[in-house]
This record gives sequence, structure tokens and C-alpha cells, in this order.
Amino acid sequence: MDEIIRIENLTHTYSAGTPFEHCAVDGMDLSIYRGEFLGIIGHTGSGKSTLIQHLNGLLKPTKGRVLLGGEDIWADPKKIRSVRFRVGLVFQYPEYQLFEETVYRDIAFGPTNMGLSGEEIDRRVRDAARFAGVSEQMLEKSPFALSGGQKRRVAIAGVIAMEPEVLVLDEPTAGLDPRGREELLSNISAYHKERGNTVVLVSHSMEEIARNVDRIVVLSDSRVLLSGTPHEVFAQGDTLTRAGLDVPEVTRIAMSLRERGLAVDAGVYTVRELSDALLALRKGGGVC
Amino acid sequence: MLKDITLGQFFPGNTLAHRLDPRTKLLVTVLYIVALFSARSLWGYALLALVLAISVRVSRVKLRSLLRGLKPVLFIIAFTAILNLFYTPGRTLVSFWTLRITYEGMRTAVTMMLRIMLLIMGTFLLTYTTSPIRLTDGMESLLSPLKRIKLPVHELAMMMSISLRFIPTLIEETDKIMSAQKARGADFESGNLFHRAKALIPMLVPLFISAFRRADELATAMECRCYHGGEGRTKLNVLRYEARDYLVLAFFLALAVGIVASEKLGVPARLSALLV
Amino acid sequence: MSTMLKTENIAFFYPAREGEEARLALNGVTLAIERGSFVVVLGHNGSGKSTLAKTFNAVLLPTGGTVYVDGMDTADEQLLLEIRRRVGMVFQNPDNQIVANVVEEDVAFAPENLGVPTEEIRRRVDDALAAVGMAKYVRHAPHLLSGGQKQRIAIAGVLAMQPDCIVLDEATAMLDPIGRREVLAAIETLHRDKGITVILITHHMNEAEHADRVLVLNDGKLAMDGTPREVFSRADELGAIGLAVPDTVALLRALREGGLDVATDAVTVEACSEEIARALAH
Repeated sequence: MDEIIRIENLTHTYSAGTPFEHCAVDGMDLSIYRGEFLGIIGHTGSGKSTLIQHLNGLLKPTKGRVLLGGEDIWADPKKIRSVRFRVGLVFQYPEYQLFEETVYRDIAFGPTNMGLSGEEIDRRVRDAARFAGVSEQMLEKSPFALSGGQKRRVAIAGVIAMEPEVLVLDEPTAGLDPRGREELLSNISAYHKERGNTVVLVSHSMEEIARNVDRIVVLSDSRVLLSGTPHEVFAQGDTLTRAGLDVPEVTRIAMSLRERGLAVDAGVYTVRELSDALLALRKGGGVC
Repeated sequence: MLKDITLGQFFPGNTLAHRLDPRTKLLVTVLYIVALFSARSLWGYALLALVLAISVRVSRVKLRSLLRGLKPVLFIIAFTAILNLFYTPGRTLVSFWTLRITYEGMRTAVTMMLRIMLLIMGTFLLTYTTSPIRLTDGMESLLSPLKRIKLPVHELAMMMSISLRFIPTLIEETDKIMSAQKARGADFESGNLFHRAKALIPMLVPLFISAFRRADELATAMECRCYHGGEGRTKLNVLRYEARDYLVLAFFLALAVGIVASEKLGVPARLSALLV
Repeated sequence: MSTMLKTENIAFFYPAREGEEARLALNGVTLAIERGSFVVVLGHNGSGKSTLAKTFNAVLLPTGGTVYVDGMDTADEQLLLEIRRRVGMVFQNPDNQIVANVVEEDVAFAPENLGVPTEEIRRRVDDALAAVGMAKYVRHAPHLLSGGQKQRIAIAGVLAMQPDCIVLDEATAMLDPIGRREVLAAIETLHRDKGITVILITHHMNEAEHADRVLVLNDGKLAMDGTPREVFSRADELGAIGLAVPDTVALLRALREGGLDVATDAVTVEACSEEIARALAH
């Protein structure tokens, strides 16, 4: 597979040389492949926020390198702004960054900073709004008159409008209700399918990650703890639990059933998989 | 980084400097400032610097954190020093081109620098060793006689302590918003003054909106915890003067009176003459 | 059991504001909450659940109908402080409800407002912090704590009023799983050991497993009211109003549809796996 981002021996230390010195990322190696839907899991303090701010050059590595398309993004520090257009980063609670008078102008902020033509900006704003589920009628409204969920969509559209090669979303569904979460995730999945661009989803909700991504990277204590398909990762339920992470509820049921002596796969994570496995077990009379 | 701003920061501890009554510390700071502005001679400054050094030592505040507090005003210090250096009439020490450094200029520059630095470090030591709540409690208590002339002393103190409480939160928020806008290609660092000011809008608008939202939520939360103004309020930590407070106050009072009086009487000049 | 809280046919009307349409957030809600119960209120955003919560301690007065706290009408201004003392409220954003720069001074805020004597405040602060497992942090600066810790400080701040009832208005929504677990554990302890009435407003379906009663709100009306098992057995109705049943219930339903004879009302992982093992052993 073709690497789009490669992180080599990345280390980041905050407030170096002060009593508050703190190493948030410690010698991390990680590859992100072109076109994949990657999930990053880790609890607060595992280094995930620090990691993603290196992907678009908001933070500069204390040690190590970040390669984008094979080139070190810090080779020429003057060009770091162009990296931010290629790797779009949506922060947590992005609705708090809205500032323009209309939704349209807010989504256009990124493309305008890129110095694009008026027509191109218009096309991008409308495209991005569609991907993020922002309706045409909303475009002329003030972003501050929208509901919380709608504001978040506008903020996400503002990053998608830069048409980045990699879209990174930090906890995009935090604080939304179940319906809002479901809708937003299906929008993101649809964007990934239609555009074929790389999407990185950072979350601490295992269910959310499990249902959407192709590959999971688990961070713990400033390092990569595990990586693999959701199935491979969740099969290591004990390792995850020891790192203070949740496993999906379905996986927990499977783990509990295994303890009761039932021969179910430890890595299952969807209701469908587990119910099929259990029904098959009944036919085979599989209590061992 | 904005996080390095240390204004209003408090380093918890349990030293004498921390345990003193906040009113004592406020009064001591006032006395110290009076002494600082009365001192003319290097002797006076040396004594005041020594007192500050001892206070810092007692408080166990790291000298480095105090010096960091000077950073934002470094420019002002340097500027006043240079002005004084060149524009004070008197005996010429060095001269080149149209500029002339006088002996008096040098003296004033050094004393001005010392004065500003000691002033800032002294007040920072106060905020470093006193929790903002105790500080405002102290102010409220010292100013309480003014309640009689209908000055809303409690309300002012409450406003101040809440502002201090939210400084770290808002700094963090500013950092976050700036990062988010930079991620959309905002450029806060280049261009002329006008461009830079305009570039701040994407940061200031969200920051203000968030501050208002926070204020609104905080007001509700305070009401839910039965806040109804200063009337009938009691305190967890009641201010009480102890023996140490009287001792420290007496010492600083003596220091201020001593400096004012000895400068008036010309003691330092005689002292210098004696040494020469 | 006596009644802690009672609402009689309450309505709440938000008048039109700039950019917002007028909205009826509550539309005829009548309910009674027993003293010492643990009630979870579920509903999607805009269902009226937060508005309902705010009427419980007179932060909002209903535009129609009446709310009684321990028999006291929340519209009676004379009783305002006493009502707020008895029904404490914890909100979503931990940063926006902490008043002071030191943990103990924040926890002391409510008793100070109530004019409690100094020695008594000290005792209440220490007790409240111990009850939420934060005793070590008395002298800490709240802004350096984690989300779950801040939220427990907020709970301690309410606890220091010695309330009969604590309302948590989406208090876990901004927390990570660890923080959420800490807060839920603290609340359960308070409920169990101190007999405090808990009203937990949330859209995390899993949190309902702790409750002895679940209320579901939709469009400003009470849509369901029952034990978690009763409510989750109505999965289709929940789905129709934008709420999903926990995966445990979803799994049991799928198994039942596949012909396995399981009861579909086990909410916790433990109960669910036990039920499956039992059914398969037959």
C-alpha cells in the first residue's frame, strides 16, 4: 500500500526545561496509507492530540520526522502553511471556531486563505456543505443561529472545503446525541467512499471506531500499543483493558461468554457477527 | 506560547510567605512600594533588593519563574533605561556622534531599572504566594470600610476572583482557537500591522462568544449553589492576624519609615563618603 | 416512600428570539419522583430534558403548571434558597461551574452562601470531597485536574449543601470513558450510602443500567416511564424517536429473532451473557 504520511521516531516534549516538562509523544513510528479510513484510539493523555497536531505541522517535532508524500514537512518551514491545506484537521468541539457572519463565508475561510478564485471557492463551499450535511438554505444564515449539531457540521465543512488529501477528525461526535452521532458518522463514511481520500478518525468511543474504520491504531503512554484491523485489535481485549481502554460492548459480551466456556471468537465487535456466531453455535451444540 | 504568561498565577505552598494573612501581604507590598519610590541611593536599592531576595528565598518560589514575569515588560524597562541614559544632563562620561552618556544618566538608568524590576518582582511574589481567593478576601476585608459609602466591595472582589479563576481557562481556549484557525490556513504572524489586526478577528470573535457563554453558564451554576450576593455570607477560611503577621508588618513598616527618613536626612550620602 | 419532586402538567415556552423560532420545550409533563430513587432521563437533543431539569430547582419557572420540591412550590420566591439547597444541580461543562482557584474553596462556595458557620463548612468540605474520592486534592488548582475529577469537584460542591436530591444535567457528556466511569461510580456511591435522590439526564443509553427508573422524553412530552428493562423492551419505539437500545438488548433481540429462546431485557453485559449461556445450555 502507498504511504501518504509516515511518522518516524516522533517525540514531542512540552515546556522543555521547565518544571512542567512533559513528554506527550515518545519515539513513535506510524504509517498512514493513501485512501484508508484509520481510527486512532487512546484515552486522554495518551498523546493522540499531540500526535495529530504534528500531521499538519501545528506542532514541530522535538525529535523525529513527519513525512507527507515522502517529503519532510519541516524541510522548508516557510511552506508549512501549504501542509495545512493538504492535511485538514478538525479539532474537538470545532463549532467554537466559527466567526463569520454567514455559514457560507465561514466555510469559505479556508479556501480563501488558499488564494483560490471566486468560482473555485464557490464550488468548494457547496461541495463541502453537501458532504457535511449542511443544507443550501443554511448557507446564508448566521452560524450562531444554528443548533449545536448543525454548527459542528458547518465547522467540518470548513475543513473539507480545503479539499485536503488527508482529513483528520478529533472526536467529531463528542457531546452529540445518538441520532446526531449516527448521522455525522454516516456523512463522514460517505465522504470517504465518494472522495476516496484518507480519513483519520480519533475517538475514545470503541463502538464508533469499530463500526467505521478499516484499521485501528491504539495509543497508550505516548506510544503505539497495538495496530491492526478492528477484529485483530479487539481480540486483544485484555491488553486494551489493562491500558485503561474500553472494548466495545459486544466484544465484552463475547469475552464474558468465553469465560463461561462458550467457543466464540474474541475479536467480534458487531451485534450481527456475535448473534450469527451464537446461533451457529446453538446448531452445532457448541458448549465445550 | 500563550501558556507561558504567568500573570495571576499562584504556586501553592506552605512556607511563611504562603501562610501570612493576605492583608499583611497586601500592606507589606504597599509599604515596599512606598520604600521603593522613596529610595534615591544605591544603598537604599541594595537594601530593598536584599529584602526581596530574602522574601523569595523564604517563599521557595523559583527565581526563574519570577524573572519570567519580567519578560513582557522587558521592552519598557530597556526603553526607559536608554532614554534616561542619554537624556539626563550632567557630567559627561562617554560621548559619540550627537549622543552623550552622563554619569547622572547612568545612575538614573540603573536606579530606574532596579526600581521597575523590584516593583514587578515584588508584586509577582505576592500573587505567586497568595491564592487569588485569599488575595481578594484580603482586599475585600481591607476595603470593607468603604462599604459605608456604598461602594460595592463584595461584588468587586467576587468579579476579580472570578476573572482570575478564568484566566487559565481563557488562555487555553485562545490557544485552541488559534490552532483551529491556523489549521484552516489563518496566518497570525506575517503581514503589516493592519493585516495582523485583521487576522485576529477569526480568533477574537469565537473567544468573546465563548466567554459570554461561559459567563452565562457560570452565573446559572452560582445561582444553583445559592449565591445571592455578599449578604449573610460566611467563610471557609476566616482571616485572622497571627503573631507572625504583626512581626512582618512591623519589620516592613520600619523598613519604609527608615528608608524615607534616611533619604531625607541624607544618611546614604554620608555612608558613601565614609566608605570612600 | 415520600415524594421528592412533583411536576403538575408543566409547560415551558421559549419565546422567539433573533435567529430562533418560538418553541414549546415542555408540553404537559406530569410526574412524581420518589425520595431515594435513581432516575435516568433519556431523550435526544431538543427533547426538552434539559429544560425539565432546570425547572427542578427553579432555575427556570415553568410557563404553565407547577413544580413542587418536597411540597414547596418552586414559584415561591421566599423558598428559593431552601429549594436550591435541597435540589443540587451539576451541569455539562465542568469548567463553567467551578468558581474558585482552589478545590476546597470551590466546594465551600455553597455553604458560604448559605451562611454556614466556619467550622461546619470545614467539616462539610472534607466530607464532600471524601464522598467523591477527591480528598487528596483539597489544595489543588481545579483547572489542572482531568474532566472526570473536575466534575467530581462540582458534585462535591453540590454535596456541601447537604441536598436531598442531585440533578445531573448531561454531566457526563463531555467526559472520556474513564471520566464517565469515575463520575458514575461517585454518583452510585452517594445514592447507595447517603440515600440521595439522583436524577441523571443523559443521552448515553448505557448509563440507564444504573437506574431504578427510566423516563424518556420526546418533543416536550413524557414518552415512556418504567424500569430500564421495561423501557428497553420497547426498542422499536425508542428507535422511532432517535434513541437506540444498548448493544446488549440489541444482541438479545437478534438472537430471539434467530429462534433462540432468550429474554430480551438484560441490560448489563454480565446479565446478558448469563442469559445467553443459560439459553444455549438448554
